[in-house]
Amino acid sequence: MRHLLSAADLDRATAIEVLDAAAQMAATQAREIKKLPTLRGRTVVNLFFEDSTRTRISFETAAKRLSADVINFAAKGSSVSKGESLKDTAQTLQAMGADAVVIRHPASGAPHRLAHSGWVGTSVVNAGDGTHQHPTQALLDAYTIRRHLTGTTGNPDGVGNDLTGLRVAIVGDVLHSRVARSNVQLLHTLGAEVTLVSPPTLVPVGAEAWPCSISYHLDAVLADQQPDAIMMLRVQRERMGGDRTGATGFFPSPLEYTRSFGLDARRLRMLPDHAIVLHPGPMNRGLEISAEAADSPRAVILEQVANGVAVRMAVLYLLLAQERETLA
Amino acid sequence: MSSGPALPDPVPPVEPGGSGGEDSGAEVLGQPEIARALTRIAHEVLERNKGAADLVLLGIPTRGLPLAQRLAARLAEVEPGLDPAAVAGSLDVTMYRDDLHKHPTRPLGATDLPAAGIDDRVVVLVDDVLFSGRTIRAALDALNDLGRPRAVQLAVLVDRGHRELPIRADYVGKNLPTSLVEKVRVRLVETDGVDSVRIDGGTR
Repeated sequence: MRHLLSAADLDRATAIEVLDAAAQMAATQAREIKKLPTLRGRTVVNLFFEDSTRTRISFETAAKRLSADVINFAAKGSSVSKGESLKDTAQTLQAMGADAVVIRHPASGAPHRLAHSGWVGTSVVNAGDGTHQHPTQALLDAYTIRRHLTGTTGNPDGVGNDLTGLRVAIVGDVLHSRVARSNVQLLHTLGAEVTLVSPPTLVPVGAEAWPCSISYHLDAVLADQQPDAIMMLRVQRERMGGDRTGATGFFPSPLEYTRSFGLDARRLRMLPDHAIVLHPGPMNRGLEISAEAADSPRAVILEQVANGVAVRMAVLYLLLAQERETLA
Repeated sequence: MSSGPALPDPVPPVEPGGSGGEDSGAEVLGQPEIARALTRIAHEVLERNKGAADLVLLGIPTRGLPLAQRLAARLAEVEPGLDPAAVAGSLDVTMYRDDLHKHPTRPLGATDLPAAGIDDRVVVLVDDVLFSGRTIRAALDALNDLGRPRAVQLAVLVDRGHRELPIRADYVGKNLPTSLVEKVRVRLVETDGVDSVRIDGGTR
């Protein structure tokens, strides 16, 4: 593995390798001394052209726990606002000796461009590009699902397992969601059956070609499929326009969206007893997920955050631990 | 206790140059020799530490781990009341290695300490082959992050020499003078289906 650009690039064996490494990383995070010397002397640049709190902090924590040096670069208040191009920014950072670039960019495909243009010789990790991909989020979701639904007493993290036979419902704003795209691909690779549930206006063109089924009725999916895991997507109103009443071109009012697609107490009770509730955050409480669902014991949302650090440590380890020779 | 399969062919086909096949090279330890060496090491550990109180055996994956478990079982035979599961653990040192960048990425093993931890106890590191000493250096670093043992000792099945660091073993199954071109291959029932130590290659 040289770059991590898309969840579609991971085959089943590689995905399981990353998840297993993440399980060992998670074990080290339960220790009193959480820092490992593994990437001492390596430099990881967080290149964020789009606002992000949790992903950036998660990557920063992961790199620091592996003893790498971290340079944070936010586009606001930087030379990018003076008109510098992606190429020049990247080459500047390369000249400072970066070993890996973690990039988030509003344009779909920017990480791919950075990785394959020959501008820089570093590893590139996609931390979310436009409405395209967010592979580490999919990995941490898969890790969380695997741990909860395939773990046994002897093997609490489900090491070595895939997700064969598990049913996962991904609910909400699929159109604007890179999380949904990455998850559909990765969960399918790992053998899970994925159902997208969304209003027709928020289903992207071409989604019928994805390896998943699509439904417009959340209640029907909950009753018929009894999903083992349900993932609520954030309604990305900043990408929807809309007026002061909350109406947008995609749904008439927030209340109507909540009634049809929000996870509330009633729908929570329709889930099977072992089912877990995921949300990539940040949550719009009262819109796609009710406070009762978000705070219920089934919600693993905070655990997703903790697992995110372990998964990103695993990705950085697998990308960087052996890389010095190939670069030299 | 070592109920492994029958010994491999007593007259192994010696391939010049050692192509690394399953039965290439010369067997230096078989199943009975390995069993005897472990029994002796178990007694030496007890003798040196005046009993098994406060002992922790940490095996270094992959093959140090079954060796640590076998040693713990032997300690329990001699010292009644000792729970082998509470004594043996595993210590993965991959993330502490100084040669990570020279190899393809290694899969990470599990670190599994006995419930009582290692603080103020005597830790015996257990590995299959002692060679450059770099694995043990990494293990000492890893221990440093996990706690503060009262003492650390080292038990190995085979010491093949060629140390690159000032490290020595306290308990050795067999001293095996080798040349650098030779390969020492340890196979154990738990990981490879058979107990044997073989030397490959060289002009022996």
